[in-house]
Amino acid sequence: MQLTVNGVEREVESPLLTPLLAVLREELGITSPKAGCQQGGCGACTILVDGEPRRSCLLPLAGVNGAEITTVEGIGTAENLAPVQQAFVHHYGMQCGFCTPGFLLAAHAYIQKGGTDDRRAIADALSGHFCRCTGYVKILDAIAAAARGDSFDLTTTAPGEFTTMRTGGAE
Amino acid sequence: MPSAEALDVVIPTSPMEAATAFGDGTDVTVVGGGTIVMPDITYGRVRPGKVLMLARSGLDRVAHEQGTVTIGAAVPVTALEQLDEPLASAARHVGDPEIRPQATVGGNLCARPSDEAPRGDLQAPLIVLGARVRSTGKGGERTEPVEEFLAGGSDGRLVLDVSYDAAQRTAGYAAVRRPHAHHYTILAVAATETGGELRVAASGLAPHAVRLTAVEQSRDPLDALGGAEPRHDALASSWYRRTVLPKLVERALAQLA
Repeated sequence: MQLTVNGVEREVESPLLTPLLAVLREELGITSPKAGCQQGGCGACTILVDGEPRRSCLLPLAGVNGAEITTVEGIGTAENLAPVQQAFVHHYGMQCGFCTPGFLLAAHAYIQKGGTDDRRAIADALSGHFCRCTGYVKILDAIAAAARGDSFDLTTTAPGEFTTMRTGGAE
Repeated sequence: MPSAEALDVVIPTSPMEAATAFGDGTDVTVVGGGTIVMPDITYGRVRPGKVLMLARSGLDRVAHEQGTVTIGAAVPVTALEQLDEPLASAARHVGDPEIRPQATVGGNLCARPSDEAPRGDLQAPLIVLGARVRSTGKGGERTEPVEEFLAGGSDGRLVLDVSYDAAQRTAGYAAVRRPHAHHYTILAVAATETGGELRVAASGLAPHAVRLTAVEQSRDPLDALGGAEPRHDALASSWYRRTVLPKLVERALAQLA
């Protein structure tokens, strides 16, 4: 089977019915999609298949042969965060981080498709994602800000440790 | 993480190829969208011998021809949101926006109830639309009303499509659900009236959707249950379903006016 993962063509050898989640995590070592409920209910394993958010735990490898897969590594890097990632940092849209990759990809797709900062529309689009930490308010704030195209100065708003990591070195 | 072993996986590229590969269905596990069967495989509840994947089978089309709407088995639930009521409303209630493009109508018809929940949210709307299921398997192809297909069970059957008449009708749909908790339907009532003929059915009451024939005759919501005892499971108690059913019937019937 062949996949394009974050722009790179990959040959994979997992059995045909292996969930894409397991292919990504165990064969390719891409651990940002999280194995949460593994029955489609929590959203933590969400990835983009040809730009559309899907549950990687529910997709058999044979069903995505030839598809373009995007994980959170594919939308931004520590040095160059995607707008939605910057918004999550600025608005403290995550705590433990387990659900964050799924939220980021679903939000990224929502914004790419022209989604607005309407909180009801955002809540509907993201309704398949569970977060046990934030209470969702800051996540909605972050996605609304990203949808509006707000810009942030993360050197003043981000937690110190993150700024250090982002700039690539210790003080 | 549990992994699936290498198996005989067939990915047919036409409905005919799918029917041939399915044969009489012995030891065949059908994967449509995968939203129900993949967790079963992941958790070891299903250990398939031969797997038939419908992703490229061409069974993913909706046709409007000569007054009939025909929905291929692999049509995703999102596509149903554009079709007739009460099917469209029920489709919008299924899962979440990322599940609906993957879940299929065929899977919904073949879904076995789990211990935790009844499944088959679309069954009641299809029943009241007077829909017919075309399936193949042991004894060849046959077409039958949705109720009969559900009563016979999906074992040994491969659903090809489901179709209904594009008639002038009024429709109603009322469901119990908790916002943003995307479990299977707790209880839902669908109704249609076509030229004075009333049809009413419920999803979530029994292992698969059932027609409420007593209500069809009397139009009295209190007749909905008859002598039957509703399901009792993780989503709702039997008492709860028994208590809210007449209210849902009342709401669905009110929408027909």
